[in-house]
Amino acid sequence: MQVKNLIKIAFKAIGTNKLRSFLTMLGIIIGVASVIAMLAIGQGSSQSITSGISDMGSNMMIIMPGSENFRGLRMGPSNIQSLTVKDYKDLKDKATYLSAVSPVTNGGGQAIYGSNNWPVSILGANTDILSIRKYKIKSGDMFTERDVIASAKVCVIGKTIVDNLFVNGEDPIGKTVRFNKIPFKVIGVLTTKGENTMGQDQDDVIISPYTTVQKRITANTYLQSIFASAVSENMSDKAAEEITAILRQNHKIKAGDEDDFSVRSQQELIKTLSSTSQILTVLLAIIAGISLLVGGIGIMNIMYVSVTERTREIGLRIAVGAQTNNVLYQFLFESVLLSFTGGLIGITLGVATSFIIKSILQWPITVSTYSILLSFAVCTFTGIFFGWYPARKASRLDPIEALRYE
Amino acid sequence: MKTIIEIKDLKREFLVGEEVVKALRSISFSIEEGEFVTIMGASGSGKSTLLNILGCLDTPTEGEYLLDGMSARKMTKNERARFRNKKIGFVFQSYNLLPRTTALENVELPLLYNPDINGKQRRLKAMQALNAVSLSDRIHHTPNQLSGGQQQRVAIARALVNDPVLILADEATGNLDTRTSYELMALFQQLNEEGKTIVFVTHEPDIAGFSKRNIVLKDGKVIKDTLVARPASALEALSSLPVNEEE
Ligand SMILES: Nc1ncnc2c1ncn2[C@@H]1O[C@H](COP(=O)(O)OP(=O)(O)OP(=O)(O)O)[C@@H](O)[C@H]1O
Ligand SMILES: [Mg+2]
Repeated sequence: MQVKNLIKIAFKAIGTNKLRSFLTMLGIIIGVASVIAMLAIGQGSSQSITSGISDMGSNMMIIMPGSENFRGLRMGPSNIQSLTVKDYKDLKDKATYLSAVSPVTNGGGQAIYGSNNWPVSILGANTDILSIRKYKIKSGDMFTERDVIASAKVCVIGKTIVDNLFVNGEDPIGKTVRFNKIPFKVIGVLTTKGENTMGQDQDDVIISPYTTVQKRITANTYLQSIFASAVSENMSDKAAEEITAILRQNHKIKAGDEDDFSVRSQQELIKTLSSTSQILTVLLAIIAGISLLVGGIGIMNIMYVSVTERTREIGLRIAVGAQTNNVLYQFLFESVLLSFTGGLIGITLGVATSFIIKSILQWPITVSTYSILLSFAVCTFTGIFFGWYPARKASRLDPIEALRYE
Repeated sequence: MKTIIEIKDLKREFLVGEEVVKALRSISFSIEEGEFVTIMGASGSGKSTLLNILGCLDTPTEGEYLLDGMSARKMTKNERARFRNKKIGFVFQSYNLLPRTTALENVELPLLYNPDINGKQRRLKAMQALNAVSLSDRIHHTPNQLSGGQQQRVAIARALVNDPVLILADEATGNLDTRTSYELMALFQQLNEEGKTIVFVTHEPDIAGFSKRNIVLKDGKVIKDTLVARPASALEALSSLPVNEEE
């Protein structure tokens, strides 16, 4: 029998039972729509996490004092004073896989300008901090190596500080801001970066030479951490090994003993975060897959009802000369048509839902072609798989018995 | 003359629960090409059962059935389907039309399963068949928009559409008034003259009078097998009917 006739018969059968066909398809529609939407949400969030971290500097490395305990939690790092300026200088001189190194020392307090004040922590660093954290100067200048050597009381500030201290819109460059009563001259303003993936405001920052912060604010010679940039993302692991070797030597740690510091790369963070979101994606996909299965069973159920209901029709077709395969393909095609049409509507609905979520909730969403192709494949498979048994039943009917069926 | 149907010691038994129903008990006869045979007998005597076997819809429990020289028992399911499709036109006792499907599409149905015929030819042949049963003006009506007699005629058109060598009709005039049934008999006589072999199951002796041979069944056995000396002409019978009989 020609395929054309087959298609005609199947369309007719579905057309005569429009509402029922639609209700049958509903299972598939919902299943596919949720697969598409959920994968879009999952993938979107994983992509936004990754790009958010890259934004912070994807080859950034952070060296912290104190070792990690077995749960990966840090044991009171601020109390452990194992990182020194010498460590930083040795890393700067010896490390070959690092393109930039900056000591970091933070001092908490209040920044005051005129009658406005703002609680903030001052970040003491050297000039490399800009390239490591991917900050840029919008106006004015960054402090220089000289300022670092001279412990100059200068600073560059982020937009949040500008907004909160210079409320009248005056130009901050050249003005003096007092931090814990120490006057700092503002010599530069950073470009806006917005929030990072963890929701921290990256513009709420004052950066000064670390020497100044050590001398004037924290009054100690230890470093809270060392920030560095690996020469490339792929070199992060190599760089971490190198840092560990240099620092172990510096700290005279014997072979077999634990490090008294820890090295974290952003690469590692990306892996952790994206594996979390991958698990989420898989879970979402499983839920969606189950609903597809339920949809498939719905199709099987209706195909069974349909075969039983149309027993006389099948009997007649066989009686006038339909071959076993003619009947088999007729019903198989019908169920594939049901699931395929359902899939098509489901995909449209899923993509539409994704974009609605994107525009209303502002969630990061990525609809991938592979999820669409996957849905099509799964639908066709569902149709064949769940349509097979009822179709086979139909094709094996005995014409006389089928014609006598009440 | 060529023998088209040959049955030997044909038996058909049905198992209903524990009980064995013997619908046909050892029947033998043969039918030549071009014959017009009526099969008569009381209700339950096995007429439909016999016709189903002759039409390759059912298989005998025992005995041999040679159709056109081929053993129906040895044919596969699909071979029998092909035989039904190309060689046999079957008119069912209950018309068995597809509901919600137009007369034309109902008649087209057998041709749908004939790969040698394309859509155009199919339509043309179906129109011709409907024309032969004088239903050209009802081709787009569905069964529930047709009278019983009209449905019967659609069923006959469907049996004619594949140009079969053998036409098997099970009480094709059962639900019709005298005039319409005579009209149909005229059609069957004409088809027979054109060379088609016809086996016609009926209750009514006057219908049997239009055939050339008469087989009578009783309790699954042939009790009479006679040639009709002078078959009546349905056309003549039709013209002798009172014109205003219907009123
Ligand atoms: N599928 C079946 N299962 C059980 N018994 C059957 C079956 N088909 C027919 N019979 C039995 O076989 C016998 C013959 O039935 P058949 O239908 O051939 O009669 P018939 O001569 O066509 O009667 P009618 O004139 O009423 O149509 C009956 O006793 C019937 O009960
Ligand atoms: Mg009968």
